[in-house]
Amino acid sequence: MASAHSRMRCGEFRTTYQADMTIFPTPLARRVAVVSVLLLLLAPLCLNAYFLNLMIQIGYYGIAALGLNIVVGFTGQISLGHAAFFGLGAFTSAWISNNSGIPVFFAIPLAGLLTMAVGLMVGIPAGRIKGLYLAIATLASQYILEDFFARADWFTGGSAGAMANPVSIFGYEMYTDQSYFYVVLFYVVIMFVAGANLMRSRDGRAFIAVRDHYLSAEIMGINLTKYRILSFGISSFYAGIGGALFGHYLGFVSVEGFTLLLSIQFLAMVIIGGLGSVMGAMMGTIFMVLLPEIMEFGVHLFGSNNTELIRALAFIKEMAIGLSIVLFLIFEPDGLAHRWKMIKNYWKLYPFSY
Amino acid sequence: MKFELLSQLIINGLVVGTLYGVVAMCFVLIYKSTRVVNFAQGEFLLIGAWTCWAMLVKFELPFYVGFPLTLIFMVIFGILLQVLVLRPMIGEPIISVIMVTVGLSMFFQALVSWIFGGYTKAFPEVFSVKTVNIGGLQIESAYIMSLVVSVVIMIAFYFFFKYSRMGLAMRATAFDQQIAQSLGISVKHVFAAAWAISAVVSALAGVVIGMVNGVSSALSFIGIKVFPVVILGGLDSIVGAIVGGLLIGVLENLAEFVDSQWLHFGNMYDIAPFYALVIILMIKPYGLFGTKDIERI
Repeated sequence: MASAHSRMRCGEFRTTYQADMTIFPTPLARRVAVVSVLLLLLAPLCLNAYFLNLMIQIGYYGIAALGLNIVVGFTGQISLGHAAFFGLGAFTSAWISNNSGIPVFFAIPLAGLLTMAVGLMVGIPAGRIKGLYLAIATLASQYILEDFFARADWFTGGSAGAMANPVSIFGYEMYTDQSYFYVVLFYVVIMFVAGANLMRSRDGRAFIAVRDHYLSAEIMGINLTKYRILSFGISSFYAGIGGALFGHYLGFVSVEGFTLLLSIQFLAMVIIGGLGSVMGAMMGTIFMVLLPEIMEFGVHLFGSNNTELIRALAFIKEMAIGLSIVLFLIFEPDGLAHRWKMIKNYWKLYPFSY
Repeated sequence: MKFELLSQLIINGLVVGTLYGVVAMCFVLIYKSTRVVNFAQGEFLLIGAWTCWAMLVKFELPFYVGFPLTLIFMVIFGILLQVLVLRPMIGEPIISVIMVTVGLSMFFQALVSWIFGGYTKAFPEVFSVKTVNIGGLQIESAYIMSLVVSVVIMIAFYFFFKYSRMGLAMRATAFDQQIAQSLGISVKHVFAAAWAISAVVSALAGVVIGMVNGVSSALSFIGIKVFPVVILGGLDSIVGAIVGGLLIGVLENLAEFVDSQWLHFGNMYDIAPFYALVIILMIKPYGLFGTKDIERI
């Protein structure tokens, strides 16, 4: 019996608190994670530039989306100004590496920290207000920061934009997609492991308590103001890192790139992936990065000689994003992560999965 | 010279402010009766203005046919939106409800720019535009028309909520949904009516602005400008919406004036309301006339 039981899994049974708090729920999940990172290390050797470009995009957007998920999904504070922090990270990193002689490799985390400082400042009103009021306040901060980008010539280069140097380690410049992929992968692994770890820590549990019932959380001794501001800070740190990677990848940061539209896209990533799920942020990002590509593919498939349709491509992509937000919220409000969990549970109990 | 410019700007501010007030009223109407924060309010203006433009220019209908048709279209549009999209969201957390309207806003904005293009298009002249001299100030007749339309809408709102059956039902629903339902009010109908009225009146404002400034995607930005207005006035106060609209309208013109005379930052017209918004939220988050939420466990 015992041996049969060990061979046939029929669910996850945790008997200790430690087992419940491990970073990977099962040994299999850990192996899958390690193997997939190892496989990703091989990706630049066998994928072409198009797919590498998509994967790099998924990398830096994914980091920023995880940051947004910490504030929206884990702490329950809606933020409509994430793109502004993403942009701030990009400009800060470019500015630091251009003006102070600090190598780009160190400028990226520094940019993250500086963005975090600004995020903490913006988070101060968030300590007092919540829900809808906070959504509107972050909307205001989006416009104010956007206006700042357009105005601060010394920092962003104004309408001309800012140049960002490629990442270099020991004099080796990583300006090809192949080498830059490793930089992004390095940050993705670190940031996602840190994110998953954060949720196991005291602070992470406090975030979740604030989200689930903030009055009860306060009664239990959780300092609401502190944790609301802290979650804003951490989320801006992630946005800053993602933005810095974005800037050094493109080599050029323009002030027009960080509009409300991008903020909405980040929120869409989080919602489609699944609020309150670390890997959900990644799934949502993959969805959001691939969606425009699929639209483009579809348009070329159905109307490759229809110039009207190709002219409208930009609008079709935007409409697809808006529509997918609405449809996901109506039909799958828990996102892709939830769906994935259901699929896993189905196979775990396979022949008797009811 | 300076004084004249200032008074001109204040008049402009009041005219634009009444329009903000009208749109904010529509926003408050939806928020008060259905508890939905509508980020797609600006798209109502946009769709209304473009529909009317299409009726008048593409189909070459006379104004007195095309305009009522636009309003009928907006009624249907508002009801469909409520029934198809917002009704399934009842009872969902506030983040989801906000995001649905954000998604709708993005969708319709892209759809409208696809159909009508990104350029500003002028309305055919319905009223001959000329300037009127009032007390030494040159005021465009279009401004006077928009002022009159806004004031008429506001008075109509007042009588609607004070005397009409549907208006009273809406107030009852806003007060307490369950009690309203137990008194025989169909909350479903009230919700649909709130969206329909909001869509129609916003479209009306959109057409008025379109006549003055031309129709373009910039109209939807008024839906964003509505947020400083409603936060200043209080989210659930119709009076607050009007007062807030006037204040924000004057404020942005004054900011423009101060900027052009002394500061030279540029772009203050669009950004000043957002600074005001942040300050109001820090000092008085429930606005001038809003009711304070009291939460009990």
